[in-house]
Amino acid sequence: MKLIVNGKEHEVMTPGETPLLWVLRDFLGLTGTKYGCGMAQCGACTVHIDDQAVRSCVLPVGAVAGRSVTTIEGLSSAELHPVQRAWIETDVVQCGYCQPGQIMAAAALLKVKAKPSDADIDAALCGNLCRCGTYQRIRAAVRRASEIAGA
Amino acid sequence: MDAFKDVSRRQFFRASAGGAASLVIGFYLPARSILAMAQETAAPAPAKLPSPNAFLRIGADESVTVLLAHSEMGQGIWTTLPILIAEELECDWSKIRVEHAPAAPAYFHTAFGIQMTGGSTSTWSEFDRYRQAGALAREMLIQAAAAQWKVDPKSCRAEEGFVVCGGKKLSFGKLAAAAQKLTPPSRVELKTSKEWKRIGKPTRRLDSREKVTGRAEFGLDVRFPGLMTAVVARAPVFGGKVKSFRAEKAKATPGVKAVVQVPSGVAVVAEHFWAAKVGRDALEIEWDLGPGSELDTEKMREDFRALSQKPGLKAAAAGDVETAMRGAGTKIEAEYELPYLAHATMEPLNCTVKPGRDGCEIWTGTQFQTGDQAAAASVFGLETEQVKIHTTFLGGGFGRRATPSSHFVVEAAHVAKSAGMPVKVVWTREDDMRGGYYRPMWMHRLNAGLGGDGLPIAWRQTIVGQSILEGTPFAKMMIKEGVDETSVEGAADSPYLKAIPNHWIGLHSPRPGIPVLWWRSVGHSHTGFVVESFVDELAGAAKLDPLEYRRRLLKDHPRHLGVLNLAAEKAGWGNPLPQGTFRGIAVHESFGSFVAQVAEVSVEKNRIRVHRVVCAVDCGICVNPSGVAAQMESGVVFGLTAALYGEVRFKEGRVQQSNFHDYPLLRLHEMPRVETHIVASSEKSGGIGETGVPPIAPAVANAVFAATGKRIRRLPLRLA
Repeated sequence: MKLIVNGKEHEVMTPGETPLLWVLRDFLGLTGTKYGCGMAQCGACTVHIDDQAVRSCVLPVGAVAGRSVTTIEGLSSAELHPVQRAWIETDVVQCGYCQPGQIMAAAALLKVKAKPSDADIDAALCGNLCRCGTYQRIRAAVRRASEIAGA
Repeated sequence: MDAFKDVSRRQFFRASAGGAASLVIGFYLPARSILAMAQETAAPAPAKLPSPNAFLRIGADESVTVLLAHSEMGQGIWTTLPILIAEELECDWSKIRVEHAPAAPAYFHTAFGIQMTGGSTSTWSEFDRYRQAGALAREMLIQAAAAQWKVDPKSCRAEEGFVVCGGKKLSFGKLAAAAQKLTPPSRVELKTSKEWKRIGKPTRRLDSREKVTGRAEFGLDVRFPGLMTAVVARAPVFGGKVKSFRAEKAKATPGVKAVVQVPSGVAVVAEHFWAAKVGRDALEIEWDLGPGSELDTEKMREDFRALSQKPGLKAAAAGDVETAMRGAGTKIEAEYELPYLAHATMEPLNCTVKPGRDGCEIWTGTQFQTGDQAAAASVFGLETEQVKIHTTFLGGGFGRRATPSSHFVVEAAHVAKSAGMPVKVVWTREDDMRGGYYRPMWMHRLNAGLGGDGLPIAWRQTIVGQSILEGTPFAKMMIKEGVDETSVEGAADSPYLKAIPNHWIGLHSPRPGIPVLWWRSVGHSHTGFVVESFVDELAGAAKLDPLEYRRRLLKDHPRHLGVLNLAAEKAGWGNPLPQGTFRGIAVHESFGSFVAQVAEVSVEKNRIRVHRVVCAVDCGICVNPSGVAAQMESGVVFGLTAALYGEVRFKEGRVQQSNFHDYPLLRLHEMPRVETHIVASSEKSGGIGETGVPPIAPAVANAVFAATGKRIRRLPLRLA
């Protein structure tokens, strides 16, 4: 089946029910998208499908054939996306495992809401768990990313 | 890559730097080996020559590579150790690169004698060693420059990656090759604290860029040609064994390469994770469950309660509790309970093993290199040094990746050995949640008697819970007369006891057969909650303000008082709060640091919400204030998750929780505002990775009491 990931076309040979996450990680070598729960509870596997944040761990790859998939590796054509810059400035990361998913969720939010309210941020990112507890800095970084993108 | 036999300085440098001229600094600090002592063999004698090792490499390309003797698991050691080196080296900070060190004696913990990360010890245990490494390198670079210029080294100085003398200037990169040929000085002078430029200044993390771009490599991300993925079916109860199994369906799964039995269960080895998981789920296994199938949380609570009525083994005692209690005007009794808890690191356990003819290579996020190396060597029948460990980033540790049994490494070694190919064993979230090695369940029974001034004259505390160290190499050192120090830390050494003339702390260590492990803040995770809640109860019985009550009891403990008063002041203790919001306070010392927290809490329809946490911390010398604040925020979230949600329960031996829907973690919308205030101090650095955890549960429980009048003595906190 044909997959479009980060603007590139790939041909993958796997049953359509294989979750997109494992196709990205094990077939295409895009390991920036993480496995955390396998049941859309933690958001570590968040990618964009046509600009929308989705959980790739429960999404059968067959359902995205021909649609545009973006992973953390393809988030920005520039060196860093404003969200990634804001994350670095705000010193958000700790272990870092959940952060690609957090960043993908934040980037999807900013695409539809350039100046999100606190409630918008809570709603968009409450599905992304962080065991290190970086939430306070994530909130600050999303606001900072909004400033950077708007500047 | 073949397994390495001798990490000599030169070989190491060649292997790592590709032969470019570079300066490598390493030296040896003899340390007693816990493992060796525990096995009653002689501690390794200090080597005649330094076991060649490297903490620092300066490349011809001006890069300064710092080798970490500790694992980065979120706590920020990836940034802290380079700060210590750079403080003395005077290098260009933007040229710093960081790598995890290989597993080798050169990187043994300066206090524990094995290579490990835990106990909130990395910063203080490396404070001298990494500064010395930086200073040695600086002196050698200066000597090299002075020789080239034919000037007195004393007339030269190092500055931002250059050696400078008058108008002359040479970069570290250009001097590295010459410096490497020099004999390291036998001693170096370290800066005084007044001269520090980096220590104490907020510094941004050095691992951000790779972590925000998805390039950072965690154990789960390890890939190389020929690597297979395995998922293991393990017994549904602890201690269960495979009786028989049928693998036809598993083997018929496309992508499955092999099915092998290992001591812990049956492994399905496949070309990729999904095939291995589908294959694993298709296995038909008959288990010999054994006595583990009788485990039941409610039954265990009854057993623990019965034990708590008996004195137990003495952990601390003074005076005569019985007599004092008879004379006390007010008497209080309470029973506190805390459940088993999973670490639930975001990255589930995994380990990659590549067997080879002359050795094996392992890639994993581990906190315990030395033990894992020895354990894998024993599976393969190799010498320890034939096992090469590549430490990846850890997607969370919290103690879970420091296993004295090295069980997840041993299992992966068995799978790779049986399958005869390189294998990455991946635990699903469910496997990880149900795989044991929990924070033990605890029950405490407390009795106190108050004197006329309301202060306690007698305190009896009986603690019941599994020993973490029993049966491990640490037991001989840290279990004394039957008392596991980690079971009673924070209680038996509580500063309050100094003010209570008659006290008894007793311990029972039942053996229900559940694998248990240190969980961020270890014993303090239960004693902090119990002691700080019970002291609040005593304040209430004495009709005194909880802050004032603690001040009186801690009057001879200036560092406790310091953080207590600072947190109270910054929180505006005593000032009015918005309608429906209430405060609770707690203070606790752990791992050499002192933390007080004031929580602002509201309760609506029995739902507890934490709005704000004011945190004061005295960790002695603070190397990176941004990192310390991050760890306080992190500790608050970790502790709040346990306070509000965490609970692992057993029924017929089966763990009832499996994933984040039934083992919830705090989420972003529940995050309180956390304000951290750091006490300026010149005391020796204390730990920081764990010390934010203990005070939050009692601070919240005390606030809930202020809000509702209900004293909750069991975690997770439930009002209905």
